[in-house]
Amino acid sequence: MNDAREIYAGLRADLRAVADLIQPNERVLDLGCGDGTLLRCLMDTRHIIGRGVELSEAGVLACVRQGVTVRQGDLNLELRDYPDKSFDTVILSYTLPYLNDPAFIIKDMLRVGRRAIVSFPNWGYWRSRLSLLLTGRMPRAPIDPQPWDSAPRARPLTVGDFTDLCARHKFRIASQICLQGAQRVPVRFDTNLRATTAIFELH
Amino acid sequence: MVSRSSVFAVNSVVNPGQPMNASNSVGIVETKYFTFAQDEPLVLDSGETLGPITLAYETYGRLNANRSNAILISHALSGDAHAAGYHTPDDQDPGWWDDCIGPGKAFDTHKYFVICANVIGGCKGSTGPSSINPKTGKPYGLGFPVVTIGDMVRAQRHLIDFLGIDKLLAIAGGSMGGMQVLQWTVSYPDRVQAALPLATTARHSPMLIAFSEVGRQAIYADPNWNGGDYYDGPRPNAGLAVARMVGHITYLSETSMHQKFGRRLQARERYGYDFSTDFAIEGYLRYKGNRFTERFDANSYLYVTKAMDYFDLSDGQGSLAAAFLNSARITYLVVSFTSDWLYPTYHSKELVSALTAVGADVSFCNLQSTWGHDAFLLEVDTMTNLITNFIGRITSDYHIPLPIAESASDSR
Repeated sequence: MNDAREIYAGLRADLRAVADLIQPNERVLDLGCGDGTLLRCLMDTRHIIGRGVELSEAGVLACVRQGVTVRQGDLNLELRDYPDKSFDTVILSYTLPYLNDPAFIIKDMLRVGRRAIVSFPNWGYWRSRLSLLLTGRMPRAPIDPQPWDSAPRARPLTVGDFTDLCARHKFRIASQICLQGAQRVPVRFDTNLRATTAIFELH
Repeated sequence: MVSRSSVFAVNSVVNPGQPMNASNSVGIVETKYFTFAQDEPLVLDSGETLGPITLAYETYGRLNANRSNAILISHALSGDAHAAGYHTPDDQDPGWWDDCIGPGKAFDTHKYFVICANVIGGCKGSTGPSSINPKTGKPYGLGFPVVTIGDMVRAQRHLIDFLGIDKLLAIAGGSMGGMQVLQWTVSYPDRVQAALPLATTARHSPMLIAFSEVGRQAIYADPNWNGGDYYDGPRPNAGLAVARMVGHITYLSETSMHQKFGRRLQARERYGYDFSTDFAIEGYLRYKGNRFTERFDANSYLYVTKAMDYFDLSDGQGSLAAAFLNSARITYLVVSFTSDWLYPTYHSKELVSALTAVGADVSFCNLQSTWGHDAFLLEVDTMTNLITNFIGRITSDYHIPLPIAESASDSR
């Protein structure tokens, strides 16, 4: 088990926070699973049955190398193939700003899974706000910041935007985690100011 | 399907074949023959019967103690049982998938017992239209019953029984080989652990049937074909060569034709303004077509293309997913190639969707390649990576022991 603990400790902070929400032996679908690191870790530490969807060939090849079951494709098109409630948890980490129709995807995640876990970088973070106010330049993503012209095309959102979306579409927020950098900080009324990454568990 | 070795005749982009004494070659191999259905003929999908049936097959590597490390390789349209190694010490061309079968290769013969058999209806040692009909003492010709992919697989199952293998660790193949892979998982789901259908489809499309038909029409139009009765006289080589040329066009892509031939002229400086061979691509097709007639039987071409045309796993099932209802415990690796317009990516995606719907463990890769349909034979490095990792995972998930190196050969 030592190996598994080391893998867990080596996970990126937001993925570790997501991993903490997963119970042993769950069936987990990871949308935009990258190189399969999270699923591999959950398979080793929580003995889950994992499935991934990933767009990039490099990511897919890395998943197969790690022994992770993965489908290459666009999650906007692939998600519909999964039967109702065929997973315990459907994960969408750091992919939300890149979706055309996030509400549609979350709705389908809740059809396919018992629950959905969604994480995203929070542009409502106080430094992001200040940077626009004081410098007049578009705030960079609080995680992996890049200049506006070289960052991947994304639609920035804040914790406030996300909770509005959930209210509008009646997604029930079961729990919430707030990260400042790699540090977990308590969820409070001012989370939208303090979080660099927000993680929501939806039912 | 193009044989790997013949690709090299014109194409110097790809690495030349490994010498047979290389440490990663299976070396000298021998085709073996298994005959069954002598007393009770095999009932075919058409309702006709066939017997006795001989299957030509080769094996590489050793079976482990519990006979759980066998991998069946299925060949494509023009392939045969000779998938790896060499037949004689001065053999120039190795088997058709030698790049991927051998010690340390994708299908590692240090670890796995690899089997490849010629399909029924073929002409490379298995019973087909050029075989002698025991009732008449003459070649079957068109008297040979029409066979399907299902029939090919049914015959292979008898061979697997004969080899004493209860469950195949994996079954793999591209193009028509991929159809046999899928058919195996539907016909005998309890006898397959993992399946690798590559550059293939779950149902032959109208476009594929159209190309098949053009090939067949070229053969029918050759006066030497004589209704399939030509074994005593000249063969319908002109027709068969045209059929093969059409096939070759479909195995390439526009990009790969640009890369390999462009508008280059064949052994001349300027246009001939006549109907001899002007362009390199013409020379290539003529060469390929003619070479093919030396090694393939025109009637077999008719039967095998017909078998592919009939292939539709969803037939009578309502949906493709329904066909896989009993196959959900098999682990799949589906691979397509971006430039393959013969078996385009959406064919594989349709297959993956159906497998996902029944809850099968299915991985899918759409690999970037400019080689067209041929990519499954030519993208050796990427395929080796994928296959090695995938089968490695199945081996560890199911605790498949390795064969013992020094044990008396278990292979027949």
